[in-house]
Amino acid sequence: MRRLFIFLLFPIVLYSCNNSNSNSGGNSSRSAISGAGATFPYPYYNIVFRDFMSANEGYTVNYGAIGSGGGIRSLRDHSVDFGASDAFLNQKEIESMNSEVIHIATCMGGVVMAYTLEGIDSLKLTGELISDMYLGKLKKWNDKKIAAINPGINLPDLDITPVYRSDGSGTTFNFSEYLSIVSKEWNDNMGKGKSLKWPAGIAAKGNPGVAGIVQQTEGSIGYIGSEYALTLRLPTAKLKNRAGNYVDATLETISAAANVALPDDMRATITDSDDPNAYPISLFTWILVYKDQKYDNRTIEEGKDLIKLLQYVISEDGQKVAAQINYAPLPEQALVNNRNLISQIHYGGVAILDNEVSSN
Amino acid sequence: MKDKIFRLLLFFAAFIILLLCAGIIYALVSRSSDAFQEYGILGFIANPEWDPRPATEEYGALSFIIGTIYTAFLALLFCFPFSLAVSLFNGEYFKGKRISSVVRSVVDLLAGIPSIVYGLWGFYAVRPLIIDLGLNAQGFGILLSSVVLAIMIIPYASSLSTEFISMVPNNLKEGAYSLGSTQIEMIRHISLPTASSGIVASYILALGRALGETMAVTMLIGNTDRIPNGLRDTGNTMASVIANQFGEADGIKLSSLIAIGLLLFIITALINLIAKLIMKRVGRA
Repeated sequence: MRRLFIFLLFPIVLYSCNNSNSNSGGNSSRSAISGAGATFPYPYYNIVFRDFMSANEGYTVNYGAIGSGGGIRSLRDHSVDFGASDAFLNQKEIESMNSEVIHIATCMGGVVMAYTLEGIDSLKLTGELISDMYLGKLKKWNDKKIAAINPGINLPDLDITPVYRSDGSGTTFNFSEYLSIVSKEWNDNMGKGKSLKWPAGIAAKGNPGVAGIVQQTEGSIGYIGSEYALTLRLPTAKLKNRAGNYVDATLETISAAANVALPDDMRATITDSDDPNAYPISLFTWILVYKDQKYDNRTIEEGKDLIKLLQYVISEDGQKVAAQINYAPLPEQALVNNRNLISQIHYGGVAILDNEVSSN
Repeated sequence: MKDKIFRLLLFFAAFIILLLCAGIIYALVSRSSDAFQEYGILGFIANPEWDPRPATEEYGALSFIIGTIYTAFLALLFCFPFSLAVSLFNGEYFKGKRISSVVRSVVDLLAGIPSIVYGLWGFYAVRPLIIDLGLNAQGFGILLSSVVLAIMIIPYASSLSTEFISMVPNNLKEGAYSLGSTQIEMIRHISLPTASSGIVASYILALGRALGETMAVTMLIGNTDRIPNGLRDTGNTMASVIANQFGEADGIKLSSLIAIGLLLFIITALINLIAKLIMKRVGRA
């Protein structure tokens, strides 16, 4: 019995010795940078954080895609270093944060209407029709209002099943903001927000949840990030933008939506832009960090690490990942504003501008 | 001396368990007090509204209480014939035989399958069936979750029932046979009445399990926060709404979710208590 005990103790001791050796040298004692939030940009963050880690030895970034609402709450609770959200903080949320929070836009994307109808690869929809679907007023796919803008397509006599988010979602925020702009009825009855009171349809958790249900349900339609639709090969509807053109969500159309004046604090929405090529449900997605990095037990090193990550994400290397996953890189004005905001991050009054970082 | 230390350790361990339970109850009660103060205890329980919009924020537990009770009782109804059949099979007809141990092992296997795996199976295997039967355009809803829930609670209902049915004294059964009854008559008039309290207890325990089930239900019920209009409609249960909305809830919404958690805790505790009382009565008899 005793021999067995010693026998087991030996490898455990060896293992712990090994670990401490590698820790005493180099940067591996650096703590991980943790973040949580939106599922919409998760495909983007997945790749860009991985690239950051391989470009910077010893750094670790962990990201939990729990929804924009969860990200904001985690940041407020100080359980993560940064939060990620597709909805910028409203006045009430800003007041509930214990200290000032800045928004760094990381990329742009489009919320697409993915649907599953057998044999129909192309469909045109307008904001009013989508609003009617989600209000439960438009019940069948072969309704004449849909047929009117889709001549030549054989729409089936099938119930429309709208799918929405069961958790607090920035994607929902942008989607409902778009519908509030294009439909007075939606604005009066539903409004915009991360969580709403939906009269029709079914709900799922996260972008992947909605995408999964749409893929499995004949006659369903759901709003998701364009990358999710592409990964699952779901057809998406062309939407009518303000200028009257039916557009898909592509790099060009999403970037065209950002041709607006951007405020310094980067809290802006680019929904229903009047650029003729713009995709109507385009959005910014943000990483939220505290302006004063001195809270709880944070060290100035942790603040520096966080800034290094932010600078990488908005650098050329970080931005070109966006195109790979069918989102869009930030326009120049957004990058300028971001750099300005990052330079304002301080540690108890001491500015942290990381001069060692090689990114531009 | 060793004895004393050992006893002390045991008391210590038991004390920690009690402390833990008290701690859980305290945490639930203290954090849900905001919601109960805002809406009133009965007001909160009887309110079917669940409106998260900032302008018209209002929370009430009724939709979820009804959804939970609806799915749990429906699951019990669906599982009843199957679990009774299995328990008679194991406890009476093939008692002690090889086939009975095989069936028991398989049923125990069913009990061991994780909830999320049931949810996955229900999503990909049972849902298309419901769509094909024409019951529903998208498959999700009360019916789908009740069916899967029924399969999940069959092991709990049947294993305990089997015990009680096999515990019926042989002399009672032989007495019935000697009076000329068939096996079915014997079961109807002797076995089932004798084991009835135990069987009821086992179903109540199964119900308790069904009430708290989270993952499988949240994947299959459609997550619509309102009172369901019947079997074909979608709805939401107490456990499912907490799982979905807990991550970003704060303020009064968080307090409402914790209040729902407290209500669920109380309901399942009560159900388990009733089952225990019944079993105690049977033990004494």
